This record gives sequence, C-alpha cells and structure tokens, in this order.
Amino acid sequence: MDVDGPKPKGKPVVLWIGTNTCAGDLLSFLNNSNPDYHAWVNEYVDFRYDYLIGAAEGPRNVEILESALTDMPGQYILIVEGTVPVGSKELCSVIGIRNGEPWTAFQAVRELGAKAEYIIAAGTCAAFGGPYAADPNPSDSLPLQAVLRERTIINVPGCPINPEWMMGTINHLIMYGVPELDGLNRPKLFYGQTIHDQCQRRVHYENSVFAQRLGEPWCMYKLGCKGPTTYADCPSRQWNSEHLNWPVKANTPCIGCTSPEFPDGDMPFFEHLPDVKLPGIKMRANQVGKWAGLFTAIGIGRHLAANILTGRLAGNYKRDLVNLRRKKIFKKGFRGKGK
Amino acid sequence: MKKIVLGPFTRANNSCMVEVLVESKKVVDAKCCGTFFRGFELILKGRDPRDASYLTERICGICSSVHGMAAAYALENAAGIRPPANGNLLRNLILGADFLQNHIRHIYLFSFVDFLKLPERGPYLRSYEVDKRFSPKTNDAILEHLIQSIEISRLTHEMVTLLGGKAPFPHGILAGGSTVPPTADVVMNFKAKLERVNHFIQNVMLPDIYLLAEVYQDYYKIGCSKTNLLEYGLFPKDEKDTARHFPAGAVIDGRLQTVDLDVIKEHLSRSWYAGDSEAQHPSVGQTIIDRDKEGAYSWIKAPRYNGVAMEGGPLARLWIRGDYRAGISTMDRIMARALEAKVIGELMIEWLENLEPGRPIFTPFEVPEQAEGVGLTGAMRGPLGHWLRIDRGRIAHYQIITPTAWNFSPRDNSGQKGPVEEALIGTPVEDENQPIEIGRVIRAFDVCSSCSAHVINQGSSSYLTILP
Repeated sequence: MDVDGPKPKGKPVVLWIGTNTCAGDLLSFLNNSNPDYHAWVNEYVDFRYDYLIGAAEGPRNVEILESALTDMPGQYILIVEGTVPVGSKELCSVIGIRNGEPWTAFQAVRELGAKAEYIIAAGTCAAFGGPYAADPNPSDSLPLQAVLRERTIINVPGCPINPEWMMGTINHLIMYGVPELDGLNRPKLFYGQTIHDQCQRRVHYENSVFAQRLGEPWCMYKLGCKGPTTYADCPSRQWNSEHLNWPVKANTPCIGCTSPEFPDGDMPFFEHLPDVKLPGIKMRANQVGKWAGLFTAIGIGRHLAANILTGRLAGNYKRDLVNLRRKKIFKKGFRGKGK
Repeated sequence: MKKIVLGPFTRANNSCMVEVLVESKKVVDAKCCGTFFRGFELILKGRDPRDASYLTERICGICSSVHGMAAAYALENAAGIRPPANGNLLRNLILGADFLQNHIRHIYLFSFVDFLKLPERGPYLRSYEVDKRFSPKTNDAILEHLIQSIEISRLTHEMVTLLGGKAPFPHGILAGGSTVPPTADVVMNFKAKLERVNHFIQNVMLPDIYLLAEVYQDYYKIGCSKTNLLEYGLFPKDEKDTARHFPAGAVIDGRLQTVDLDVIKEHLSRSWYAGDSEAQHPSVGQTIIDRDKEGAYSWIKAPRYNGVAMEGGPLARLWIRGDYRAGISTMDRIMARALEAKVIGELMIEWLENLEPGRPIFTPFEVPEQAEGVGLTGAMRGPLGHWLRIDRGRIAHYQIITPTAWNFSPRDNSGQKGPVEEALIGTPVEDENQPIEIGRVIRAFDVCSSCSAHVINQGSSSYLTILP
C-alpha cells in the first residue's frame, strides 16, 4: 500500500453509515472479489466513511460526515445499513456525538439523506424493516423510505445482501446512473424474477418430487421454501463471490429474505405459506404436492398448475402482505416526518 | 480531570460510544453502556422453535453461525435428540470457518489499525498519528498483510458457504444436524481453502502478532484484569457431546472450577429493564423495557457468576484449556486470539478427515409440545447461552446471554464494575486529543455491540449520562 500516495480526487464519494444493524451487509460486501474491497476503495471510489472499518473514532469520525455535509452537498452516494428506530425518542440508535449531543440515526439519516446525490438502503432492515422491525417491533424500527419519504431510495434487500448485488448497484449508479427499478425500488437487474422461476430444482416441483426432510436433494416447497414469492437471483448467481452455493442448493428452504414481509410473513421458515386460497379451493401446504399431481392427471397441465400455485396464488398472498407492510410504513412515516 | 468522549467508537461490530475520565494521564473511571436495543427475546416469543436458529443468527453479522449453533443445541436439548456424527462435524466446520473469519478480520481490520500508520484516504481518513512505533518498512509490510487478510477472510466465508449455503447467516446449522452431504468435490474445495487460510495464519498472522507483542511490550501491563474467566465449551468432540475441544470452565481468582449454571444471575439495577430488584436466573428472567428507570445506564443486563463479573473470549478458553496462562492483559488477549485461530484451523483439518461420505447428516425430529432446553457454546468473544421454553409447540420464553453481556456489562446490583470497565482503569493516556490507548484496550476484548461509557463530572459524584 502506498502510504504517502495522493488523495483520490474526482472519484465518486461514498459514505456508508450503520444504524440499527448487525453489520452483516458490510461484512458480506467484504466478500466481493472482482473488484475486492481493497481494490474498490483504492481504485474506484473515495470511500470516505465506513462505519465499521473506519480508522477514525470519536470527534475525528464525526468530522468526516460533517465535512461531507458542508463541502460536498449533492455529490455523494449515501448507503444506509440497518433500521431507523424511532422508539425511546429515537435514541435506540446513535451514530456519534455531535456538538456534545447524541446524533441519532434518525437525525443523521434525515440530514445526510437530504444532501445525498443517491441513497441506497443496504439490506432488508434498511429497505423494508427486516428482522429488527419484526413483531412486536420492540425498538419501533422503520425502514429508510419511511423516514426519507421525499427521496427515492434504491432498495438492495437481502439478509444479508449478496456482495455483488451491492457492488453492482453502486457501480451502476457510477457508470450508468439509476438502474431500472421494480415497484419496490429494487434493481430489476438482481431482483427481476422469483427464486422459483430460476430454481435448478424447478423440475422436481413440476414432477412433484418433494424433499420430505432437510438435507434431501429435491424440491424444498413442502419444507417451507419461499422461492415462489421471493424476488432475487440466488439460484443463478449463488453465493458468495465464488458463486458456490445457495440455501436451496444446500438442501434447505429459501426463507424469503429479500421480501418486504421478511421475516414475519415468511415464518415459520419450515412450514409453507399459511392456507393457500383459490376460488372454491383451499389447501394446506402438505396437500400441494397431491394437488399438483391431480391437476396434471386431470389434464390441466403442469404449467397451468404451477402458474396457479405460484403465480396467482403466491402473488395474491404477497400483495396482501406488501400492502399491509406499506400501510404500516406510511402510518409511521408521517409520524417521523412531523418531527 | 479530563473527560474523553469517543462517539462513535468504530471497528467494533457495530460502532459504539466510550467515555472515560482521565486524571494525571491515567484513566480513573469508565462506564460501558449498551445503547443498542432490538429486543430479540421479545421478537422470538410465540414463534416456531425451529426458526430460532435462523432468526437468532441475525443478532450479529460477524458471529452469526454461533447463535445458530446455540439455538440448535437448545432445541436438541429440549427435544432430546442428537445429530448424527457427520452432522456434528459439518456444523463444527461451518462454525470453525466463521471463527477464523472473525479472528482474521478482527485482528487486521479492527485491531491492527490502532498500531499502524495509515494512508490518509478511504476508510483510513483521520486516524490517530501518535504512538506508531513500527519502522516504515515493517509498517508497510504489515499493511500489505492487512490487504491480504481481506482476501483470506473472504475465503473463510466461502468455506461457510460451501457447507452452509451462504454467509453470513448460513442455513446449514440446525437442530438435528447439517444439510450439505460431504461429497468429495465439496470436501476438497473446503480443504484447499482451509490450507491457504492456515498457511496465512501460521506464516503471516502469528509472526505479525509476535512482532506486535515485541514492539508494544508495555501492553502486557495495560488493560490487566483479575483472573475471573468463563467458558461454556466449544466444538463438541462427538455427536453425543461427551466432551468439547475447548472445555468448559469457570475460573475465579485463578482457581478452575466446573461450570454451575444455577449460579448465573442477571442483575438489572443499572439496565433499562423493569423487573425484580433480585437478580434472576436466565431461565426465568424477563425483558420488559423501562427506558426511564432511575439509576440505569445501559441496554445490556449485567450477568454475574456467583456474584462475580466474568471475562470471556479466546484468552479465557486457552487459559481453561491449559494452553496459555501467561497473564490477563491487552496483549495477552490479542495473542490468545491469534493462537486460537491456529488451533481451530488445525482441528478443522482433522474434522474434514473424519467425515464419512454417504452416512447421515441430519436427524429428523418432532418439536415437543412442552419442553425446556439450554444451548451453551463458546462464541468468538466469550460464553454464549440460549435458554428456551416451549409451550404448545411454540416458544414461550427465550433468554440469550451474549459474550458481550458478560464482557461489557454495566455495574451490577452491588456496584461491581463490568470486566471492560474494570480493565480500563489505570490505562495511560498520553495525548488527550488522540487517546489511542483506550481503543487498543477495548478492542482486545473484541467488542460486539453498541456500547457507551459515561463519565463522572469533575467535582460531582454523579455520572453524567451523555448517551442513553
């Protein structure tokens, strides 16, 4: 490393702050390999603020964020990892001491967010609330969009993010601008299709070959797999940057960690969606295999059966949950904005 | 007297806050306080007990698999089942790889940064300039190793992924065993990576740490504590869990005893939780928030062993195992972490050789309608316990005591300081504007929580609450 090398000039400034988080997303980001963390920091960006690895502590650390606010308004990419808790006067998460007072995550996100060129929510907590906002949401945690309603938040969910989802999104912003987003502001590049539609084990589903226990190499649907309602490219991309494995390939169900309803809408993880409803038909997860077989037998066709089961049914179920979560977000969002 | 506020305190798993009181260039008082409240125990209530492995992994990004492990042990204990031999080995391998990830990232990215002269850019902006003793040549060499450590620690997470599906938050650690069969391609890929990681630990990381210990010898006398140590035991040797590779033990004043779970009590007097003024055993302890509680200053509860504040982590484990009994100080803690990585890496080679392809990896079981279970393990930074009660097939009660609760606990009902608070006393601070020594002492414990310390005001007997 060139210790006395010149300070990077003209490189895009990136600030990554952590609010109520486990740091899993930044640790996952460290698993990138092309470029890896060091090459990225050294060659491609001016990564001035890394809440986890940053060498500066105390007032010297806070100065870096303050200088971004005063010297580079509108010129930095802000990445936020974690929920923004508004319980206990927003003091459940404090990112530093500023002017002798706690600088709460809520204040920091509002201030830094207002002056950012782009804002990225890293991980499901920041994007949708995630595990820390799970019922009964003890810290009164909100996702980023709920406290920055006036800004477009680019959501990169995942628990954690796949290293390449984040690397790809940041680099898309730098090289080509805002990527094409879906209705939940996720880049379609990574979240364009369901896990189920890309799954290597789709053929087992079609043939009703279901794993009966964890560790078996068949379709995980009856063990609770949330692949049909989860949008992410895990089956094709795989994890981590060596693309070695992913939860279904590891003979376990997908638990739907990129979805807005995660985890409440995806639990129990090893049971299927609650009763699946079709007009005139109601079936439990353990009957699905039987029905899929029956549909085939009576000539509806495998694809139709699959569409009914995954597309329409799952779609309706998902919409309900998303609407429910959105209602919650906006109700609380108003409260947040009023402060 | 001078008040020093370090907010945020970075390079801890999630930044935290530290405030200390300095008099005549020495720390005379400090309080550690968790400011980070998520309420996992409340979130877990009413859920399917099998979900606890995956959900509790989300407590911590850098040590996720160990929570999955403790939750799996607790449910196996409640359901009265054991994993097959392969299941035990595979889980140990996933957890072992995550340990190596934690230790390598902690040593280079979190801890070494306090001792190196860094380039003024990127994440290294505004680092302290004082007390950097390495020669420019050595400094550059260690910086080069720091860059290598990013690649090597990535390999450890790829190892977790090979057997666990992804990292962090692997899917392969469950009550009943593991889920990826040990086929030749997977085992070979894992082994090749492990050998590269072991080579780095033995030929790069350990020599760097020996060098550090030589140049910063005074840190054997800084951050010293009494020999009060706790470990629950790490890595079961076989599927029946007859013994562990790192044995359990409680050490009080340097005397080793067997661990008695009944004497663990959580004190709440200085924590923001309502409840009894009597300390409670975790199997019955409650989590009821009371943010306005008089005299409280932390979200962390104060666990005590027979009334004693106990330290956990690699040093405690190696001391109890009989491998390292030189002393209890900042440099001993750093040294033990590096040595433990070496021991774990070597054990993992043995475990790979003991895998039996084609043999079972998972024991199916039914979740009991009513049962109690406890899951205990050593975690990256100390003893971890999950206490579980199941009623009508759902979680009725869940209590977690993390290593951070032990190490960073606030004062207890009798006013006794937590281990880090105690270790900070006497730490020299040469330059109050660049108090680099404080971070070195705290980071040697491997902080893993938002925490903050409060400082006593000059001429005042009450602590000023800077942070909630």
